[in-house]
Amino acid sequence: MKNLFKAIAFGLVTLVSVSALASSGGIHLDKANNDLTDKESLKNGFKTYINYCLGCHQLQYQRYNRTFKDLGIDNADGIENYMYTGEKPGDHITNTMPKKEAAKWFGTAPPDLTLEARLRSPDWIYTYLRSFYMDSERPFGVNNTVFKDVGMPHVLQDLQGVSSIDEHGNVSPAMGGNLSAEEYDVVVRDLTNFLEYVGEPSKLERKSMGVKVLIFLFIFFIVAYFLKKEYWKDIH
Amino acid sequence: MLANFMAWMDKRLPLTDAWNKHLAQYPAPKNFNFWYFFGSLAMLVLVNQILTGIWLTMSYEPSGDGAFASVEYIMRDVDYGWLLRYMHSTGASAFFIVVYMHMMRGLMYGSYQKPRELLWIFGMLIFLVLMAEAFMGYLLPWGNMSYWGAQVIISLFGAIPIIGDDLTLWIRGDYVISGATLNRFFALHVIAMPLVLVILVFLHILALHEVGSNNPEGIEVKKKKGSIKPEELSKFTFHKQYSDKYDIVDAIPFHPYYSVKDIMGVAGFLIIFCWVMFFAPEGGGYFMEAPNFEPANGLKTPEHIAPVWYFGPFYTILRVIPDKLLGAIGMFSAIIVLFLVPWFDRGVVKSIKYRSKLHLFNLIQFSICFVVLGALGTLPATPLYNMIGIIATFGYFGFFVALWFYSKNEKCKPVPERISH
Repeated sequence: MKNLFKAIAFGLVTLVSVSALASSGGIHLDKANNDLTDKESLKNGFKTYINYCLGCHQLQYQRYNRTFKDLGIDNADGIENYMYTGEKPGDHITNTMPKKEAAKWFGTAPPDLTLEARLRSPDWIYTYLRSFYMDSERPFGVNNTVFKDVGMPHVLQDLQGVSSIDEHGNVSPAMGGNLSAEEYDVVVRDLTNFLEYVGEPSKLERKSMGVKVLIFLFIFFIVAYFLKKEYWKDIH
Repeated sequence: MLANFMAWMDKRLPLTDAWNKHLAQYPAPKNFNFWYFFGSLAMLVLVNQILTGIWLTMSYEPSGDGAFASVEYIMRDVDYGWLLRYMHSTGASAFFIVVYMHMMRGLMYGSYQKPRELLWIFGMLIFLVLMAEAFMGYLLPWGNMSYWGAQVIISLFGAIPIIGDDLTLWIRGDYVISGATLNRFFALHVIAMPLVLVILVFLHILALHEVGSNNPEGIEVKKKKGSIKPEELSKFTFHKQYSDKYDIVDAIPFHPYYSVKDIMGVAGFLIIFCWVMFFAPEGGGYFMEAPNFEPANGLKTPEHIAPVWYFGPFYTILRVIPDKLLGAIGMFSAIIVLFLVPWFDRGVVKSIKYRSKLHLFNLIQFSICFVVLGALGTLPATPLYNMIGIIATFGYFGFFVALWFYSKNEKCKPVPERISH
């Protein structure tokens, strides 16, 4: 009988995991393989974000000084090198693009990207930024294999260059950018890394606290087990 | 000093008496197994939800304009706000896992049978209120899945003939889901539902202690007064409310025996809970759905609207029935039949251990159907899934119908007089 219940419990767990697997799918995404503990990569990503993305995409829930602190940038350095429009370090990372106008320019207002990595996943961002190709039908002359008919121009085009697509939907390597394909991937990986950080700034703290809590709980469980055994030794 | 204080208190409030009656001298069968951890765990999760909820409320802003941003404020600017939020969101899913296991236990060992019908009904009311509580709570982060999930579920009431449209308007407080809906859901989520929940839990435990705990053997430990030889009585002292009326055998005081055992259960549960909370708080996209990381947007429907996993079974039943009204009736019936289990089951043998193979098979097929329905609820509707969903819906309701038929003259094994181990 005991085995039967174990079998039922096991069956339930298996079914749940199978259903979890069955729900993935869709477009193929490249692995970003970014590393949240790599502060240099995060700083580079932050820099790229400020230079190329912030003009249109806010990070309206994230503050400058929190970012400085987490990335190991001191305040003076941060104000000097990362803040261009006269905000205070305690301000949120925003821009002044008028939403209504922007919607007219791009077809839709550029979304806030604070939570983009949680909404779509780091792999999605990494692949998306490497999947633009020339398409003369589109207003900005580019389209994207990950996000079809996206309203956004290829902002990193001067870095990557231009790619073209053949009739089978295969994108050929970019030409004429300032960076080699490998260098471009690194820039995008750093940017992806930064966006994953911004999506959940406490992620590393969460994991390190989790390890400590679990170690405590394992010890606590052992103590609780022996306490129970001691109390129960004369119960049959 | 303490003794004096307690004496003073006991003259004014039956503190010591209540402690003895419900803990230190409550006769609990000595053979509780793994499945009996989930009652105390449900209490633990309830306390977790209430405490973290209070602290979240301190920084949360219940308005259409501010709700989403205030959740991110909690995640970033409030000290350990991320921890509070994850404890609460993981706690919601944990609550349902624990409650589903607790209900499964009741079904396996016949804990709903006479004289525990009312106890079961209080439990089912807790489940019902818990679903309302979770549904309303899920709107509060004001993410896009919060919005559209609520949109789908509230629109169900529109299927009711004549009053449907007015009713949905009344529930929403607006023509669409809006800040007005958010505000009232907030009020219900933080005050009304928790209050009802706590009262129901209180009644559930009171009713349990009146009729006594069932156990994996389904053998009562409270025997007719005078039917047991004195040397066979339990060696422990139990509260006179129990021992005056019954001869008590094979039972032990809840405290300290089950309190220390439950502490062990709590430790085991917390290991799994914290593992998920610290390392996968989104629960693979099931505890927190990805579209909820963008703010509610009435003009942008998520690609695939899925309710949170714990509503999956009922949502699938709704979805596989082609007619909206019939679907809603099917969904609510799925919950109502659970209320009526004590009357569907006309048998007298409680535990699955002594019941027929047919009953065992029926319960297994029911559990499988329930899990399949749950899994389908989170998947997009395709013809194949729909087909499977219809079969599982028949399996789900079939459990109750079959139970009613075979339980009257079921061939059960003889049930021993006493718990033997």
